[in-house]
Amino acid sequence: MNRTTSLVLVIIAGILGTIFSFWFGLNNHLLPEQASMQAPLVDDLFNVMVVIGTALFILTEGLIVYSMIRFRQPPGDETDGADIEGNLPLEIVWTAIPAVIVIGIGVYSVEVYEDMGGLHLASPPGHMHVQQPESPGTEMAGMDSAAMAAMPPGSAMAATMSADMAKAAPVIPLPEAKEQIASSYYGIGNRLSDEADEIDLTVNVTGMQFAWLFEYPDLGITVGELHLPVGRRVRLQMKAVDVIHSFWVPQFRLKQDVIPGEETRLQFVATLPGTYPVFCAELCGSYHGSMRTQTIVHSDEDYAEWVKTSQVAAKPSKVPMTVAQLSDEEYLAPYAQEIGLNAETLPKPSTRSF
Amino acid sequence: MTQTNPRVIAQPTPPPPEIEEVPSYRMWKWYDYFTFNVDHKLIGIQYIVMGFIFYLVGGAMAIAMRTELRTPDPDFVDPSLYNALLTNHGTVMIFLWVIPTTIGGFGNYFIPLMIGARDMAFPKLNALAFWLNPPAALLLAVSFIYGGAQAGWTSYPPLSEITAPQAQVLWVAALILIGTSSIMGSLNFLVTIWKMRVPSLPLLKMPLFCWSIIAAAVIALIGTPPLTIGLLLLTFDILFGTSFYKPDAGGTVVLYQHLFWFYSHPAVYLMVLPVFGVMSEVIPVYARKPIFGYTAIAYSSLAISFVGLFVWVHHMFTSGTAPWMRMFFTVSTLLVAIPTGVKIFSWVATLWQGKIRYTSAMLFAVGLLSMFVFGGITGVTLAAVPFDLHVHDSYYIVGHFHYVLFGGSVFGIYAGVYHWFPKMTGRFLDERLGKIHFVMTFFGTHLTFLPMHNLGLSGMPRRIAMYDPQFQALNQLCTWGAYLLALSIVPFYFNVIYSWIKGKRSSGNPWNALTLEWTTDSPPMIENWEVLPVVTTGPYDYGKDRQEEVRQTD
Repeated sequence: MNRTTSLVLVIIAGILGTIFSFWFGLNNHLLPEQASMQAPLVDDLFNVMVVIGTALFILTEGLIVYSMIRFRQPPGDETDGADIEGNLPLEIVWTAIPAVIVIGIGVYSVEVYEDMGGLHLASPPGHMHVQQPESPGTEMAGMDSAAMAAMPPGSAMAATMSADMAKAAPVIPLPEAKEQIASSYYGIGNRLSDEADEIDLTVNVTGMQFAWLFEYPDLGITVGELHLPVGRRVRLQMKAVDVIHSFWVPQFRLKQDVIPGEETRLQFVATLPGTYPVFCAELCGSYHGSMRTQTIVHSDEDYAEWVKTSQVAAKPSKVPMTVAQLSDEEYLAPYAQEIGLNAETLPKPSTRSF
Repeated sequence: MTQTNPRVIAQPTPPPPEIEEVPSYRMWKWYDYFTFNVDHKLIGIQYIVMGFIFYLVGGAMAIAMRTELRTPDPDFVDPSLYNALLTNHGTVMIFLWVIPTTIGGFGNYFIPLMIGARDMAFPKLNALAFWLNPPAALLLAVSFIYGGAQAGWTSYPPLSEITAPQAQVLWVAALILIGTSSIMGSLNFLVTIWKMRVPSLPLLKMPLFCWSIIAAAVIALIGTPPLTIGLLLLTFDILFGTSFYKPDAGGTVVLYQHLFWFYSHPAVYLMVLPVFGVMSEVIPVYARKPIFGYTAIAYSSLAISFVGLFVWVHHMFTSGTAPWMRMFFTVSTLLVAIPTGVKIFSWVATLWQGKIRYTSAMLFAVGLLSMFVFGGITGVTLAAVPFDLHVHDSYYIVGHFHYVLFGGSVFGIYAGVYHWFPKMTGRFLDERLGKIHFVMTFFGTHLTFLPMHNLGLSGMPRRIAMYDPQFQALNQLCTWGAYLLALSIVPFYFNVIYSWIKGKRSSGNPWNALTLEWTTDSPPMIENWEVLPVVTTGPYDYGKDRQEEVRQTD
């Protein structure tokens, strides 16, 4: 085989390897569905790393396999191989190229992390993507995540964020800022300012051996499954009562340890209605594996429905134990709205004995 | 020993006085191996044999766990016992198998031989370091009376303080003993390599195994004390009611994680660097070529151990860590890929234009190379915080580090054993059994650990005895792989035991290698040489003009 033929073969192999790497990187389907604003960002990063990783893998393994076959000992040949002790340009190349690659991945990671809301200065990723309350739902959410995926990371978002930063920075007076930092929270989607209007829903999450508890302070609901409205900015304020737990919804691509003694937070926007598992990802005892529940992402209507039912269920005290002591009006008050019944529309007391 | 090797010429200076005291052909008896003996080779064998015993123990624990994971429900072992198994599997494999076998075993046996010394700098310290290990193992065994430590080998408080506390204290005591042993050993290696080389051996002519041991020893010396402190504070919390890690009494649980990982991430390099050294010894011998880029490989070991000291927070990306930390440690972790890549590429280039002998040692070395490429690439993905947030504490991690530690460290230990067995025992291992062993191990490793990446990506957390039924199919694949791996050790253990007794006799230099350990008998006499060797060639000068005469040895 002469030099030209081998060169051509190497080039063809290189092109095929590159094509395969791109194809595999973009079509690996290794990750579960994307159900949060952060998920497409993480997946893009992962896919880029898969492209690079596959290419490097094919190159290195190809060289190993080729060498093992091509340079195996000829039968009966007891002599040594070529006396090559090194090649400085080659060594510089294979130090420099990985260096460039890892620095690139590093920069990209930092950018994605900022877009996810990981840095204090960044606003929650949902900020510019708030959906109209009237028109959420599967299609909108699907479109939204597609739009997110199509967006080059860090372009429009970064611009918005720096504007936010500029706006936010002078608002905080110095001494107060110090206090804020002292009580700042670890997690994703942190902010120095806790302006209420930036968050649509706050849920207090408690991790304990071996269950999750979700408390909706504004709604007076406490449940064992996390119900979320699609397309809303959600903040989870997480605490552990006994040991370290870790809140993980694979479809959200988010994980945050829940630590005794300090509150951690996750802020995100769920983008795809559905039911997803919630796992505990930090070893927390014998039944660690069974510490799982689910999160249900509802459309707005379903969510409102759920809130209503849960509030009724959550307030059994509204059904008094001592019915006899209440007037009709008091007794019916909780149901007045639902069944359109009140003291006036009631039949005469005498018929009540029926 | 015969003086046929042209590289070994009598020293012009008067022979050292020990020579008269060395009885020429006295060998240690079998019972010497159970005593407090100061011979570095005997201690090396003690470490290796101990390591291979605990490999079986840790392996049995792994098989029990994989059997449990055939089904989603906890139906094979009790969940508490499962946690004790996963904790002790990690502990045993790290502290009683990989580290003792590579550093304690190969290091003790070959460092003095490679640098032309008669023993380690501090022989008694060396023996003491070894004899700290059996009591540690005993403590771990006793801990099972109290249910066994169940908080993972990481033993994060508060879990470790409230779950089986007696067992946890015994576990801490065991780790502190092993840590102390590690510090003693490391100090010994550094002094030995620094002060006891034969005068004709400059640092940059040393075999690369010596460089990797230097790098590992530095890590152990710097990292072990903080770990010991972290563990002591944990014990104080359990036994004496202090509150270093008790948040309700003013402590902080994340502090422990910093102290723990400051050692325990470098510990990963501690497990893999000596094996890199083994690679650099094995590959040139069987490729019959000089190692490609000696200096780059030597310094990249030091670079890995240096950068490796600044990457520990990547184990805590989802913990209570500030955003700047997450960023800083993303970048520092990514940097480790550069020196590691240099090594990988250098070994591949060493294969290029060689005349490769397909010995079992070479197969395991090249197997390691191919596994490590994969484990290294998945490692780079884990450095990126956004992605790590998803897969942290998932089976992706388990898959990744088993590729690095099983496909890396264990393959390296196998390569080293096949390579040096003739030197250590004077007998060859059976090559055919070796190849069967390799094929089973190679496929077993992929079958066991490759599906784990998939499991983790799709959402299976690690360290669980019960899991979501959607993960069952892949888990069964892993379990079958684990059974194959368990079977794969049968030809190996049989081979070792049989060959040690009845194997074909080996000469002093059966592989025509050039490093100093091959200039003496197999097995070497007590105190290694009658007359200390003089280094006349580089450690990897294959294919040079002088090769023809050199290979006339024996």
